[in-house]
Amino acid sequence: MEEALQNIFSNFEGKREEIIPILQKVQENYTYLPEDSMREIARFTRVPESDIFGVATFYAQFRFEPTGRNHICVCRGTACHVRGAPAILEEVTDNVGLEGEGTTEDLEYTVETVACIGCCALAPAVTYNEEVHGNLTKNKVRKLLKAEAGKNGK
Amino acid sequence: MANNNSVLICRGTGCESAKSGDIQTELETGLDDSGIEVKFTGCHGMCQQGPIVIVEPEGTFYANVKPKDVEPIVDSLKNGGEPVEKLFYKDPSTKEKLPTYHDIPFYSKQKRLVLQNCGKIDPENIDNYLEVGGYEALKTAIFDLTPEAIVQSVLDSGLRGRGGGGFPTGRKWQFTQDAPGDTKYVLCNADEGDPGAFMDRSVLEGDPHAVLEGMAIAGFAIGAKQGYIYCRAEYPLAIKRLQIAIDQAREKGFLGKGIMGGEFDFDIEIFHGAGAFVCGEETALITSIEGNRGMPRSRPPYPAIKGLYGKPTLLNNVKTYANVRLIINNGADWFASIGTEKSKGTAVFALTGKIANSGLVEVPMGITLREIIYDIGGGMLDPNKKFKAVQTGGPSGGCLPESFLDTPVDYDSLIEAGSMMGSGGMVVMDEDTCMVDVARYFLDFTEKESCGKCVPCRLGTKQMLDILEDIVEGRGKPSDIELLEDLAVGIKAGSLCGLGQTAPNPVLTTLRYFRDEYEAHIHHHACPAKQCKELITYHILESCVGCGLCRRSCSTNAIIGEQKELHYIDQSLCHKCGVCFEVCPPKVFSIEIRTGEVELVEG
Repeated sequence: MEEALQNIFSNFEGKREEIIPILQKVQENYTYLPEDSMREIARFTRVPESDIFGVATFYAQFRFEPTGRNHICVCRGTACHVRGAPAILEEVTDNVGLEGEGTTEDLEYTVETVACIGCCALAPAVTYNEEVHGNLTKNKVRKLLKAEAGKNGK
Repeated sequence: MANNNSVLICRGTGCESAKSGDIQTELETGLDDSGIEVKFTGCHGMCQQGPIVIVEPEGTFYANVKPKDVEPIVDSLKNGGEPVEKLFYKDPSTKEKLPTYHDIPFYSKQKRLVLQNCGKIDPENIDNYLEVGGYEALKTAIFDLTPEAIVQSVLDSGLRGRGGGGFPTGRKWQFTQDAPGDTKYVLCNADEGDPGAFMDRSVLEGDPHAVLEGMAIAGFAIGAKQGYIYCRAEYPLAIKRLQIAIDQAREKGFLGKGIMGGEFDFDIEIFHGAGAFVCGEETALITSIEGNRGMPRSRPPYPAIKGLYGKPTLLNNVKTYANVRLIINNGADWFASIGTEKSKGTAVFALTGKIANSGLVEVPMGITLREIIYDIGGGMLDPNKKFKAVQTGGPSGGCLPESFLDTPVDYDSLIEAGSMMGSGGMVVMDEDTCMVDVARYFLDFTEKESCGKCVPCRLGTKQMLDILEDIVEGRGKPSDIELLEDLAVGIKAGSLCGLGQTAPNPVLTTLRYFRDEYEAHIHHHACPAKQCKELITYHILESCVGCGLCRRSCSTNAIIGEQKELHYIDQSLCHKCGVCFEVCPPKVFSIEIRTGEVELVEG
């Protein structure tokens, strides 16, 4: 077993109620839940692998694919929605070359929607690598993406 | 000159997103050797004007502070000069500049009890909380009151669950207190999943100790030694501040073994919720902490009898716990004197959407929607647009039209109107909001969040969503409205938990109050709000001056025209992204959106 996993497990006792915290720690480490780690978690907690998958697939937080180098979250809270979030999402995905939410093949971008970032006064808002950008228009989104791509030297 | 000023900078998520952290650093550098205290606080509430800086004791209120504004503020403070007038808040209706927050109607109409410390104290410093009387209520509870007396107090106060359902809190406490068993738990529901709502988070970020204190009092009252706070992992700042607060409370002996030297043991841990809306339902939340898929189970047995790990469990919302210390400190009669006959105390709302002052507001129960929206909220975001609806209760609630603006805000009046109190989201919509699209939006949310246990909820919401999508995309049939109403009845009757039982509400209330919009979509392929993409077309009017801004912004090259000549849109290429509408200079204003069959034939 990988050392990283061993380190994570050393903070737990392997009880059923620890499954979600363990999954969170593993994802924090790998940015996603690799298949092997799921098997190891099952062994460690002595819970069937199917159950571990059952729990992990139930919650929106967990993912099974690595994320891109740049992570864009488009807020789809009600405030953002009525101030134009759908158009913002479309602009983001169009610009990075995705059909909808997901990760680009070159692992450059992951685009996700979230239920609410909680800065409704800045609606519509997105987070780009955790930094919040608010009061967006489609035009501002284009400029933002261009500026960020510029930072990465492309 | 002696200087007793202190500078408060808001670092709630709203202001933090607007880079208030940088402002704090600059203020600290600027005031380094002046002896003037700079401290950061939780949410001040007026998020629209963020970042906000307040200078006490005068209460000088600086809005929209940018890093370049720090220097004048520092100068004025150091030299004891006049406050910086250009940063004052300007009242949108009177255009008057208001120097202190006492003058601003947004604050003067509120009654801040639960939020009394938010924006006043440093949430990461327990001493700040102690200075304003923190943990006094816990001390009174443990040393001067019996558990029975505490429960009686909560009962007498008339406090009802602030999560939205409005169940009398005292009765919940009494059931759990009466339940047999040595091991009991106190749970705090901080899984605020409603999109467009951030009340609980603001309390956790701005005044975390108030919640811990309420939970500890509850623990003493029902005989529990352990508490859990179920907080969304999407709220990293709230989790961080809660953890700091828990650590500090343990250190000072307000949590842990032998609290304040007495015999009462109580500790609190945070559980990071992994993002499932249904976990706001109490049995689902409990199942989730136990390490399972967060699916609700049937009640009874209620959690008060058989909850977490099969033990009696008390579960309340963040704001419910934050109210407890107020009741202990000021007495049940005082609390019961605020609000209406059946809804006591205050209500906290996250006021958002097409409103001038987005933010966090706390009002006495019984105030009208009109007072909240116009007096506190300052009316529409764009004063030229007409109010259309106000949505409360999130995906479980409903949209109320203008004729309901004088409805008093309390649990029972809102339910009677077809909406509900909810946990506190209040979204204002104007004439540009399509009500069918809003219904579709909420159904899209509940359909995704349905846990799948009950078939009517899992499949019914999917069917409703499909129909609504047909309607907004112009494929609606005249029979759809009746079908939606039929499905709604079935889903409500056949679902175990609140999610399914209330999921059809946004559709039902929009059908009740905005049926004409549904009919316009179905019969005339028209979206009155001009929002539904499939039903609108963009056109350039003859007033076009040919500046070319729209042509250069169009990503599909659908706009054709020579410089300084009238442009036109090739409808076959137009993706209806609306960028042309956005960039057309307001003076020219030559882009028109048309909807409905007549225009479609022409276009």
